[in-house]
Order: sequence, then C-alpha cells, then structure tokens
Amino acid sequence: MHTSSSIQTAETQDLVTTSIPHIQIKDLNVTIEGQRILKDINLSIPNNSVTSIIGPSGCGKTTLLKTLNRLVDDAKGVEVTGSVLVNGEDIYAKDAEVTHIRKKMGLLSQKPFPLPMSIFDNIAYGPRIHGEKNKQVLEQIVETQLRNVGLWEEVKDRLDASATQLSIGQQQRLCLARGLAVKPEIILGDESTSALDPVSTQTIENLLIDLKQDYTIVLVTHILRQARRVSDYIIFVYNGEITEFGRTDDVLLNPQHEITRQYVKGFIS
Amino acid sequence: MLALSLVVIILILVGLGIKSMPLLQAESLGRILTESVWSPLNGSFGFLPFIMGTIWVTLISLLISVPLCILASAYLVEYAGEALRRMVLPLVNVLAAIPPVLYGVWGVLFVVPFLSQYLAPIVGVETTGYTVFAGGIVLAVMIFPIMISIMVEVLQTIPYELKAASLSLGATKWETITKVILVKAKPGLMAAIVLGISRAFGETIAVLMVCGNIPQIPKSFFDAGYPLPALIANNFGEMMSIPLYDSALMFAALLLFVLIFGFNLISRLILNRLEGKG
Amino acid sequence: MSNIGKRLLKEKIAKIAMQLSGITITGSLFFIVGTILYKGLPYLSWEMISQSPQGGFYIGKEGGILNAILGSLYLATCSTFLATIIGIPISIFLNVYVKRGSFLERTCKLLFDVLFGIPSIVYGAIAFSIMVWMGIRASLLGGIITITLLTIPIVVRTIDELLKTIPGDLKHVTFSLGSTRWELAKVLLKYIKPGIFTAILLAFGRAIGDVAGVLLTTGFSDNLPKYIDEPAATLPLAIFFQLSSPIPEVQGRDYASALILTFIILIIVICTHLLASKQQKHKI
Repeated sequence: MHTSSSIQTAETQDLVTTSIPHIQIKDLNVTIEGQRILKDINLSIPNNSVTSIIGPSGCGKTTLLKTLNRLVDDAKGVEVTGSVLVNGEDIYAKDAEVTHIRKKMGLLSQKPFPLPMSIFDNIAYGPRIHGEKNKQVLEQIVETQLRNVGLWEEVKDRLDASATQLSIGQQQRLCLARGLAVKPEIILGDESTSALDPVSTQTIENLLIDLKQDYTIVLVTHILRQARRVSDYIIFVYNGEITEFGRTDDVLLNPQHEITRQYVKGFIS
Repeated sequence: MLALSLVVIILILVGLGIKSMPLLQAESLGRILTESVWSPLNGSFGFLPFIMGTIWVTLISLLISVPLCILASAYLVEYAGEALRRMVLPLVNVLAAIPPVLYGVWGVLFVVPFLSQYLAPIVGVETTGYTVFAGGIVLAVMIFPIMISIMVEVLQTIPYELKAASLSLGATKWETITKVILVKAKPGLMAAIVLGISRAFGETIAVLMVCGNIPQIPKSFFDAGYPLPALIANNFGEMMSIPLYDSALMFAALLLFVLIFGFNLISRLILNRLEGKG
Repeated sequence: MSNIGKRLLKEKIAKIAMQLSGITITGSLFFIVGTILYKGLPYLSWEMISQSPQGGFYIGKEGGILNAILGSLYLATCSTFLATIIGIPISIFLNVYVKRGSFLERTCKLLFDVLFGIPSIVYGAIAFSIMVWMGIRASLLGGIITITLLTIPIVVRTIDELLKTIPGDLKHVTFSLGSTRWELAKVLLKYIKPGIFTAILLAFGRAIGDVAGVLLTTGFSDNLPKYIDEPAATLPLAIFFQLSSPIPEVQGRDYASALILTFIILIIVICTHLLASKQQKHKI
C-alpha cells in the first residue's frame, strides 16, 4: 500500500515543474460514517493542465474531488485527516476560511444546476456575494464570462430571462461561466458532461482544454475516451487509494499495475 | 356514500345560500360588505367590522408566525441533524392537537394580562388586553404546526446540488439559504402560508375569548375586534328574535365557507403542482 | 469590517435568530401546558371529577364537573364510533374501487380536503339551522350528529394518507393471486390496523375538544347525561362558560377543568405516538 503511494510521489516530482504545485495532497484520509473512503492519499496535481480522476464507481473518485473544495464537509459523519495544500496553504487548517477556499475552486457538477434567477444574476451571483456592487463592472464580468464559454451570442438579448429556460447544454456552459466569474484558480469537474448530448459534451470538453492555459483543471470521469481526449494526466483510484498516476498515454497504454490494466481494458468497471 | 359527500358540500352551499337570501334581498351585496355599522335591532347589517376584524387578527398572526416558521424550518432542514428533527417535529405537532378552548384559556391567563400590564404601558397605550393583538398572538401559535410541517417538507425537496453550487461559489450557508434555497422554495412556502391563513380565518373559540368582541373596525393593534366566526358563535341565541338576523348570520357562515374553501383550493393546487414536478 | 467578516457575522446572527425561533415555537407548547398546570393544579380535587355541580357551584360552592366530563366522553365516543364506521368504508372505496387518478377520485379527495378544512362553527351553524327547522331542541344527539359530520373528513383523510404509504406491489400481488377487490380491502385494512387506531384517536381528540360545533347543538346541563335527547354538558363548554365568571373560586376551577382536558389530550397524544412507533415495526 505504502509502496505504491511513494512511487507515485516520486513520479509526480518528475512530472511537476519546479514552481510550487497548485494543489498538493499529503497523507489524506477520509472516513465517512466509519467507512474508510480515501486512504493515505499523497499527490501533487500538475499546474495548468487537465488531470482526470478515473476508476470504478464507488471507489472514492468524487470524494477525492470534493476534498479539494471542502464540499466533503457537508457529508454526514465525515472525518478528514491530513492536509490539502493550495498554493502552499493547508485548506484543512483549523483557522482556514471555507468560503475563501471555495472561491478559489470552480465546481462543475454532473447535472447543471442553474440558480433560481436570471441568466445575468446567475453569473453575477458570485461577484455580488464577494462584494462587487458596481453595475458596470458586473455587466463587464457577465459579458466576458459568457463570451469565454461561447454563450454570449446565444443569450445576449435575453440576459433577464430565467436560466432554467436554457437547454441543458447551455445550462452547463452557464454554470461554467458562473464558476469562472469568481476568478477561481482551479476548476473541478464532477462527471460534468454525463448529462449532456454529444455536441454539448464536445463544446464543454474543448472549453476545458482551452481553459487549462489559465487554470488547473481536475476532472472526475468514468468515460475513458473522454479522459483520453481531454486530459494531460490521469489518476487511477481503486478502493480509495491512488493506484496509478501519470501522463495520459502512459497510464492508458502502458499501465504499471494489473488493476489499472484491467480497468482500462474494460474488464472491471 | 360518495355521492353523499358531494351532496353534503352542495347542500351546505345551497343551504347557506338560501338562508342568506332574505338578507341579500333586503340589501345589496356590495352594501353589506362595506357598511360599517352593525346594529341588527335597527336593521343595519354592516359586515365590514367583522371582515376587518378577521383580517386584522389574521394579519397579526401571520406577522408573528411567518418569520418564526421560516427561520425555524430553515434551521431544522439546513442545520439540524436528523435526531433533532425527529424530536422537534412531533412536539410541534402536539400543538395541533390542543383544543382551541385551551388556547383561549392560555390567552386569558397569559396573553391578555401580558398585553395590558407589560406591553401596552411600554408603548404608552391603555388597554384591557382583550384586543386583536391578543387574538393574533394566540392564532399565531395555533398555526405554527401546519405551517412548519409543510415548510419543512418543501425545504427538504430542494436538491443538494443546488446548495452545493452556491457554496462552491464561496457563499456562506446563510447566503445560500436566503438567495437560493428560499427563492427556489417560494411556491411551497406560499402554499404553507395560504393554508395557515385558511386555518386562521376559521378559528372561532380561541380568538373569541381574547379579542374583545366589540363590533368596530380595529384601528390599531390594541383595539378590540370581532372576527367573523366569533360573530356567528356569539349571536345564535338572539337571532330568532330579530328579523333578518338569522339570515345575516347564515350569510356570515357562507362568507366564511367560501373564503376558506377558496384558500384551501389555492393551496392544494400549488402543492399538487409541486408534487407533480418533483 | 472586511467583506468576509461582515458576511460571517450575518451568518452568526442569522443562526441565533433561527435557533431562537425554533425554541420559541417548541417552547410555546411547554409554556401553554405549563401555564394551565400551574394555575389549575391548586384547584384540582377529587371532588372536581367525581361530582356534578351542586347548587351554588357557579358562585363558588360545592360540586364538580363530572357532568361535563361524562358528557364529553359520551359525545366523543359515539361520534368517533360513527365517524369511523362511515369514514373507513369511504376511504377504502376511494382507494380500492375507484380508478386511480380518475377525475372522480381526484374530485372526491379534493372534496374531503375541503371538508377537512371547514371550521367547526360552520358545521355548528348548519346543524343548528337544520335542528331549528326540524323542531329538535339542543341535545346530546344534536351534538353527536354535528361532531360526527365534523370528524368524518378527519378519518377519511388519515386513512387515505395511510393507504398511500402501502407499497403498490402489495396490491398487484394480491390481485394476481386472484382475489376480489373486497378481499384486497380486507388485506389493506389489516396492514394499516395500528394506523386505524391512530385515526380513531385523532378523531376522538378533535371530538372531545370542540366547542364551536357543540355550542349551538348540544346545549348545557348541570345534570349527568342520561337521555340522548336532552341537553348535555361538555368539558370544553364548561371551561368556556366558567372562564367569564368574576368569582376567583370559579375561575380556579375553570383552570382545573382545563387541566383535566389537557390531561385527556396528552394521553391521546401519547397513545397515538406509541401506536405510530408500533406500526413502524411491522412495516415491510
């Protein structure tokens, strides 16, 4: 158990550049209602790239993602030990301020959940909460983000319409724009295209690839092909442990561990 | 047996309608609803004081109970654990089982003296305590159970991911509650309030015991009032001796029935639509 | 204060406000019962529950409220019994014999919801008019009829809610075994048996506490209830009347009467609770 983790650490040291890694996970253990979900996770997420977390269902992928923005705090009976360093600061420190942490991470969930308000207000929600009151600034932010996700032309004439009127692909892009509006550094995606049709899926995937220039992106996906298309690095989680971590092609084509090979070939799911 | 129940409702409406006819023939509907003098001996049947009495008492009860219920429900669903909910909700439901007459006794024992001896002097008003304010306070407690149980149910249907989306943007839990959860739950919360209103409209005894029973239009919290159900309950004895009095009381009953029916219907429709969507 | 500081402060204040609201609401129950207990206990005596009003009861002399206690018990028992034997078949009919989702079913359920919400004063007013028209004087019978009509919707609604909780598969399985709808009805009734007792208790609680319905239809009497066509005393009415007395002794006895009624209600609530938890045990 320990051996594989330390091998990963050594490998990650090679892969990550000399700058301080955006996200570093040290000795992370997560227990939910007595059950150990994540065991001894040690990991550095490479900056400005897309890292996908893959693995069989129920093995802790989503939990791992949720520890990154402390959304895991909401689960019942949860205990977290270890540390997650973002820009060198432990977000699980006793005095860490949760809303500040979450602001740094944008979350794109499985099904788009537009807030019950207009398109404009959805995107302006984040900035407003954090104190931005100037109308012009807000309008600027909304337009910028809608352009970023390629939604501007489609909705610019109906910014006051309820966000629920958009198609599901548009809603997911809206949610991405909403998340970008608070200027995060990291984007987290939890199976964010599984509810979408192929065209919308492709749009989101391309967006994520574009965004990696300015953000560090961590995705959870159960679609291997998507992981192949989109990611630079892959983490394979099995039974709550990191079994394999490396560049996409390395992990998918030359897996080091038998379990990884079995999963990649489709023998276990 | 089924036909029987349909027949019953129609009978009620028709019966009340027929008995109200003499009054409606003597005066126009518009006049009796807006006339403010109630003096049956003189043939004057202004229902306005009673309509206003009911409205005052109901509004005061809403003013007190709606914020309390929304805040308490939000706490029960968003902050409290399952154990606390399982303890508190049954207790609140016991409130619903207490007979109105006991609420009236409590009103006379506590609310009325409290108002006349503590609250009124603070505000600089003189009052016996038998006021619409007292009626409103008693009513507020009586509608707690029905509003809370529906509100809690409605809040529990808000999907977790919606809250997660707001929290992920860096909002605090309270901000999420006020800007996202309560907004999404608005129709359901309205349905709960409407149901509370219909319960408040019909409550007779408890309010009657504390509201003063003076047929005047209340002008302030500390005025006495005379809600519609109290009118019916108090005057049945005299109604046979004064012409048109029985018809007037039947009309009051009809009015009450129609209002409550209407509110109940609205609330059920909203809740049914929500159930269908969810 | 920084933006984040302000927001966190708002959250803290909001949390306190929410907790206070919760405490106020739950506390009001204890407050009400407590007030009645505090004021009524000193005046509670064996005499109160074992004697009917003697001469001078209403100006402070001897006697008790046995007349009202018995009157209420008779009234509530009869009405509940009648409401149950009328209400359960109606509910069964609605859920078993009528097609699910049909216009008839939805209308009838809406109807009973409406009947459920009608205040007892309206029932009382109508019953009184009918009694006047038919020449019947205020009596125990009048009260029984009124309260029965009042509680039928309660029984129908409670049973309806219970039947809703039965897994649909049970019905399918029963039908596939070749049973008739009547036999299905029997199976359903057996399944919800503890729930039926809950419904009965709920109806009883409503029946025994009602004032507006009996005010006009049952009259009042100082005698123990003997004949069904004579006026009878009821506990809530006794409380209602005694309250307005200027004599402290009578007022005190009023609080004791209220306490007795409270005890009866609390017993009903506890029984309902015990039954509800018993039902959970046997759930599929």
